[in-house]
Amino acid sequence: MRHIISILIENEAGALSRVSGLFSARAFNIESLTVAPTEDASLSRMTIVSTGSDDVIEQITKQLNKLIDVVKVVDLSEAAHIERELMLVKVRAAGKDREEMKRIADIFRGRIIDVTDSTYVIELTGNGSKLDAFLEAIDRSLILETVRTGVSGIGRGDRILKV
Amino acid sequence: MQLTGAEIVIKCLQEEKVEFVFGYPGGSVLYIYDELFKQDTFKHILVRHEQAAVHAADAYSRSSNKIGVCMVTSGPGVTNAVTGIATAHMDSVPMVIISGQVPTAYIGQDAFQECDTVGITRPCVKHNFLVKDVRDLAVTFKKAFYIAKTGRPGPVLIDIPKDITNQTCEFEYPKSITMRSYNPVIKGHSGQIKKAVQMLLDAKRPIIYAGGGVVLSDAAEKLTKLSHSLGYPVTNTLMGLGGFPATDKQSLGMLGMHGTYEANMAMQNCDVLIAVGARFDDRVIGNPTHFAEVSRKIIHIDIDPSSISKRVRVDVPIVGNLPDVLDELQKHLGASGGKPNSKALAAWWKQIDEWRGKKSLKYKQGKEIIMPQYVVEKLYEVTGGEAFVTSDVGQHQMWAAQYYKFDKPRRWINSGGLGTMGVGLPYAMGVRFANPKATVACVTGEGSIQMNIQELSTAKQFRLPIKIINLNNRYLGMVRQWQQMFHGNRYAESYVDALPDFVKLAEAYGHVGMKIERPVDVEPALREAFTKHKNDLVFMDFLTDQTANVYPMVAAGKGLSEMILAEEL
Repeated sequence: MRHIISILIENEAGALSRVSGLFSARAFNIESLTVAPTEDASLSRMTIVSTGSDDVIEQITKQLNKLIDVVKVVDLSEAAHIERELMLVKVRAAGKDREEMKRIADIFRGRIIDVTDSTYVIELTGNGSKLDAFLEAIDRSLILETVRTGVSGIGRGDRILKV
Repeated sequence: MQLTGAEIVIKCLQEEKVEFVFGYPGGSVLYIYDELFKQDTFKHILVRHEQAAVHAADAYSRSSNKIGVCMVTSGPGVTNAVTGIATAHMDSVPMVIISGQVPTAYIGQDAFQECDTVGITRPCVKHNFLVKDVRDLAVTFKKAFYIAKTGRPGPVLIDIPKDITNQTCEFEYPKSITMRSYNPVIKGHSGQIKKAVQMLLDAKRPIIYAGGGVVLSDAAEKLTKLSHSLGYPVTNTLMGLGGFPATDKQSLGMLGMHGTYEANMAMQNCDVLIAVGARFDDRVIGNPTHFAEVSRKIIHIDIDPSSISKRVRVDVPIVGNLPDVLDELQKHLGASGGKPNSKALAAWWKQIDEWRGKKSLKYKQGKEIIMPQYVVEKLYEVTGGEAFVTSDVGQHQMWAAQYYKFDKPRRWINSGGLGTMGVGLPYAMGVRFANPKATVACVTGEGSIQMNIQELSTAKQFRLPIKIINLNNRYLGMVRQWQQMFHGNRYAESYVDALPDFVKLAEAYGHVGMKIERPVDVEPALREAFTKHKNDLVFMDFLTDQTANVYPMVAAGKGLSEMILAEEL
């Protein structure tokens, strides 16, 4: 099963490698990992997407909690939550493809944020499957470059992850 | 008070009431050593190799429950120490390691004797720190000692760049420390404890499975009391030996790959299992699928939540500090007014006694060749079971564990988790520093002892009267045993050729050497070593049977009850 795990961790040098090292040392999966400071500069928030059986996910959360710098761990996917990912796609947009590319970007509520005679950079936000769907919808041969941030997640309603 | 970083290091160690620092100097720690030279509140023990410094500090801790401290220089000092750190980490031993680092401005420049210490040690420490500001030094020490000792204990490393040790700041040692990210659980959940008591009372075929946590948390007495009030059988893991008296009639001895027949059979066939400070590792329960085929209720007490339900699903998990949880269990047991099912228990003990009847540890001592088991049995007799016994890793380790009956905790010192050859002699040194009057024996083999033999020099310098029991079979015995059993008798590189004359070697270092070749000489030689040479280090080279194997044995991947017994061969 796919799980989204959110972590609050002391914002110190090496914090990221403690987490990523744990995943590789214990052969846990990482599908994506994002990290940035929070409104409290002493804390970083990480979102990790991982897959595994319930037993494996239980071990992942326990092992994360065991890291001295980790303040809190929550499995977001245990309850209602929102996940978003940002993608930038550079595509060839010349001749007949130019109008078509804009049309598909509009359908996916993407924004064109850079324009040249022959290319667009399209910004797209959504959950992972929406971004995948966009890439499926456009002509593969027109994709010059893609970059994705990995998933960020937050609980719905009163579910709050805070110290 | 304005102090230099080096002075602060010394002050912090004094504040923590450190008695010994095991170490080896080098460029990056010169300021610290300079301050160390000027004080006499604690003693520095100069080893001959950094690995031995860590092992000695580790055994100092294991045999006393004080925090072992060691100090090494940057680069190779640290990389040599890594095996020792990983050994302590696997067995959850509280330690603080101080390492020098190149000056702050040189970090990342591939400077002389630079290595990424924090990166290299990260997976084998409980936590580590790189001190980047002299003002952080004191609080870092406070945190390091606190983290090492609390929760599930472990080694903590402090990496200190050289320039930090020469800068000054105001020194004040924090009285206490709180960390929002680190709050180990102490008290067990009372609901779970009540459930556990009921489950224990309902048991028909119970077993108490006690691990290293019992020894580490000083819970042996409480466990013994609880076991006696229940009257249930107790088995100890390799790390848990001494956590329950081996000579007690409720003791089934060690379980696991080389456990007794009765311990493994009882573990496999029980209906209620209470695991106390143990972690169901692969050398203990064998194949987890086979283990899980029997339905039994499992209660698991451990301070580390991640040890629970890691390899085996547990019915009643109790996270907490063992002595506290055992107290609560005892209290609830008394309050419940319940009694164990005496009829079922009598039938269970009858079954266990039948298993005991197999006498799975028996062996034959003839007139010609010394059996290694016999040496350990005689060692037990001659020392009256009162010695601290360290071991290296291999067959001799298992024989020491099987035949020396440990009645007290912290007397059996070995590398259980990592299985590090070469720990025996430095372990014996650490034990002796923590217990200056104790009788200390190091049971080893000709393979292991050579991995840290240079420490004979340290032992001479500090006059450590260790008795080295070298079970010399001219083979890397455990490797040979596996090759015989699983690799068609192809003894690839397990024969040790060109062995030194250990008697001369011991004498060259200024110690007493003995060579014992006949069974009849075993006991007299041991008596001579432990009485006449009480105050000397004696290297006893026993030439033992080359083909002796360790039995019983559960082959890797097999189920716990699928033992190979000596009599079946």
